Amino acid sequence: MPERAKVSTAWAAEAAGRPGPAQDGGTGAVACASEFEPVIGLEVHVELSTKSKLFCGCQAAFNAPPNSHTCPVCLGLPGVLPVLNRKAVEFGIKTALALNCEVASFSKFDRKNYFYPDLPKNYQISQYDLPLGTSGYVDVSVDGGMRRVRIKRVHLEEDAGKSVHESGTITGSSFSLEDYNRTGVPLLEIVSEPDLRSPEEAYAYLSMLRSILRYLDVSDCKMEEGSLRCDANISVRPKGSSVLGTPIELKNLNSFRAVEKALAYEFRRQAEILARGERITRETRHWDESRQVTVPMRRKEEADDYRYFPEPDLVPLEIEEAWVNEVRSTLPELPGVRRERFMRDYGLPAYDAAILTESKDLADYFEAAVAAYGGDAKAVSNWVMGELARLMNATGTDIRDVRVAPTALAAMLKMIDDGTISGKIAKTVFEEMFATGKEPRQVVAEKGLVQIVDEGELARIVDEVIAENRDVADEVRAGKDRAITFLVGQVMKKTRGRANPRAVNRLLRERLSSG
Amino acid sequence: MRLYELTAHELKEKIERREVGVEEAVRALLDRIAEVDEAVRAYVTVAREQALAKARAADERLARGEPARPLEGVPVALKDNMCTRGIETTCSSRILKGFVPPYDATVVELLERAGAIIIGKTNMDEFAMGSSTENSGFFPTRNPWDLGRVPGGSSGGSAAAVAADEAVAALGSDTGGSVRQPAALCGVVGLKPTDGLVSRYGLIAFASSLDQIGPITKDVRDCALMLGVIAGHDPRDSTSVPRKRCDHLKGLVPDVRGMRIGVPKEYFGEGMAPGVRAAVGAALKTLQDMGAILADVSLPHSEYALATYYIVAPAEASSNLARYDGVRYGYRAPGCPDSVTMMTQTRSEGFGAEVKRRIMLGTYTLSAGYYEAYYLKALKVRTLITRDFDRAFEKCDCLVSPTSPTVAFRFGEKMDDPLAMYLSDIYTVTANLAGIPAVSVPCGFGEDGMPVGLQILGRHYDEATVLRVAYAFEQATDFHKAKPVLRDARAGGAAMGGTAARGAAASGDGSGEAGGGPTRKPAGGEADA
Ligand SMILES: [Zn+2]
Repeated sequence: MPERAKVSTAWAAEAAGRPGPAQDGGTGAVACASEFEPVIGLEVHVELSTKSKLFCGCQAAFNAPPNSHTCPVCLGLPGVLPVLNRKAVEFGIKTALALNCEVASFSKFDRKNYFYPDLPKNYQISQYDLPLGTSGYVDVSVDGGMRRVRIKRVHLEEDAGKSVHESGTITGSSFSLEDYNRTGVPLLEIVSEPDLRSPEEAYAYLSMLRSILRYLDVSDCKMEEGSLRCDANISVRPKGSSVLGTPIELKNLNSFRAVEKALAYEFRRQAEILARGERITRETRHWDESRQVTVPMRRKEEADDYRYFPEPDLVPLEIEEAWVNEVRSTLPELPGVRRERFMRDYGLPAYDAAILTESKDLADYFEAAVAAYGGDAKAVSNWVMGELARLMNATGTDIRDVRVAPTALAAMLKMIDDGTISGKIAKTVFEEMFATGKEPRQVVAEKGLVQIVDEGELARIVDEVIAENRDVADEVRAGKDRAITFLVGQVMKKTRGRANPRAVNRLLRERLSSG
Repeated sequence: MRLYELTAHELKEKIERREVGVEEAVRALLDRIAEVDEAVRAYVTVAREQALAKARAADERLARGEPARPLEGVPVALKDNMCTRGIETTCSSRILKGFVPPYDATVVELLERAGAIIIGKTNMDEFAMGSSTENSGFFPTRNPWDLGRVPGGSSGGSAAAVAADEAVAALGSDTGGSVRQPAALCGVVGLKPTDGLVSRYGLIAFASSLDQIGPITKDVRDCALMLGVIAGHDPRDSTSVPRKRCDHLKGLVPDVRGMRIGVPKEYFGEGMAPGVRAAVGAALKTLQDMGAILADVSLPHSEYALATYYIVAPAEASSNLARYDGVRYGYRAPGCPDSVTMMTQTRSEGFGAEVKRRIMLGTYTLSAGYYEAYYLKALKVRTLITRDFDRAFEKCDCLVSPTSPTVAFRFGEKMDDPLAMYLSDIYTVTANLAGIPAVSVPCGFGEDGMPVGLQILGRHYDEATVLRVAYAFEQATDFHKAKPVLRDARAGGAAMGGTAARGAAASGDGSGEAGGGPTRKPAGGEADA
């Protein structure tokens, strides 16, 4: 895996509030199947962060007591009718636009019929043949370049509830419990074309998609809370072939990492089967996280028939162009565009620009700091991607909760520039700022960290050090230039780092060459 | 005249003038139910205590000097597929036995806000699937005109309750004729309003795109009064249409002079009972005599209407009825080893034969590979049927036809032959498919003196014309004043098929042709005395 992807991955993991990533995903599989290539498409479900559910006024909330956010409508009681949440449609339009889709002027809802206890009506209101958005694309930065991943469709549907089976499976349990809090929460299904060619690309696509959705502020995209879910389709074919192989559907992918690993595993498995000259059986497979393998799910005797038909309780959704334009005007600058601008306007390397723009909050932070600082943007980038990222990772802090204001970071950078503190001291100062939220000047004053700018005082300490280390001083005089490093270190130690190493170096040389 | 014999507008006036108390009126109806319902069996639930409590509250209101509301103190019966908070609502199905809704249907809220008192829930064909109320999961309702005959269906309980003076007015639901056909067979007025005019929120769905709530009343004025209360946009029903409320009473003028009334030839073909043909023929003559201009029109796609209906309605029903699985409410099959078995078993035991037949039919027509051939095609035919009406209404103000091809039939006569039963809806399903308003108004008596209904169909949202023609016709005739006599009901009702004692005499015109002689007491008479 290229270095770039690794670091990007670290950010993704952090942003999702999980510990840092393992770095072994997938590489082995690709290596052992080099004459084959995977063809991957992803089906992503995101829960929209509207205040209320898709067809009723219940609050869409997490971690509430079971069935506390329900009403006759979302419980599917006899006689109730759905009323479409306009905000959810707006979020859908917004997303479709951000994914470069055509927004349907005439869309409708359909019933998807299937029996399951967590589905109160035993049908799901979804969209079948006239989805909200079609024919879009996302540009994803992948190893060494860009890949355009086409978006097949974006549609709205309602979420189901949550079943808890006594013994884990519905058929083997003596009882099951149902929580309908999630029932009716708006979901946006985003289906890609099979344009992805490696597990890493799938990962990068998901990261980009999540980044866009968060920029739009339409979903918090927390995979661990189920607000972003992903199923994958993968087929394998000989490299260079344009024929599609038999697709396998992968389920139970509960993290970005799981998506990548399951795809890598599945690619290897299928490639091995094909290499033996055997055929792939079309099936749905389940990712077993503990064993790190995919296993076939119970095979159905016949294909699913959801008996879709137009939802007669809702009128067709006519979306006027004026509304689409209105929504378009609220679109923020999206990560791809912003990344380009960061490279152009701030002279940042692509790597920095990609990482800084992945999260809107981080990009905003960076830009605010640059504006307040007025100096070299790359210096800001280094601090944000270096110390700030390190401390956020170590403490599990979200950028929104960081106590160092962008202006405070800028003030600190100015103190480095005007020699008040050294770059080394600055790290100590920044740690304190990060922990306490104090202004840099206050930290420096409280800790006595101001750089010694008085030449006389510094010269006196330099003389002390020479006097205490005559052997080393003689070595320097004898031409062993490297020995000077030790003396510099001693001066820094005496000053508790408050000396400017360059000044110390200069003073030492003056004395040792003249002495 | 006894209190329970009054129409809604008559009773409301008496209450408004403080001549009659609301509790007094409610008690009169409760007593009437106690007297005759053992024979008629119109009700599955009589909400005695709730009704009396509301009646007392209404009396207190009036005592405080507050003005009488449009339906002040009028005891109204509801078909048991409209949700009533705190009152069991079953759709006459075992699968919903014990289901007490935590909410009121919009029509219930509107009725109560207008001062009506919900007196009980009436029997129906299970989930409104049927034309005789024989498909009730509990018991059949009997036609007050002849206890050996069906009241029609599926709103048979509501129609029988109004005909037997067990309710002053009632609501039914009409998916393919379920308000109009029983109204015709029981000799009362029944209206299916335009699609979207009355909120369906709280109406337990049979076929969502065809279902519509409508009043069943003793006369056209009551029908207009009830419509005025229940019609209107409801934000909880996305298919309800935002329109200005209108006073349907104002349009009730007994004048049809110069109105063009279309007579669709497809509705006067084979399969119509001679007695029905005679009564409807006489009614057309009456309208003509009153100054209306009759015009022959054609609705060429009518022959496909029943087939279309029996694809669309079961398809939607198969999905609408999926929620009855024993998981959350209603009946649950006992002793099942797992939830899949529980859902299957619950549905096998909870649904009756006709409901299962339609669920299977609908599941089949929606299945992959059949959807285009059946459901999609049916939707296209539906459009053609609607266009037929649009074209006819270019030339006519309204259309008339018989409501039902026959008078009320005997119990069991069509139960073994679903197709014969389905034909009962042949003249009524088109209004549902096209979404237009249609009313059935009593127009005489046919075979064995059983009532016949005249159907009047109008343009979308033109309830005004439909009601005006119905009103004019009603004012020119006396059929609506005829009442079945149920004096000996308690004795006669013990065995199904027993005949009620009948009054003699006749009044009004156009009633004698059909042989057997009408079975009714003189208008406004004191036959009970
Ligand atoms: Zn709800």
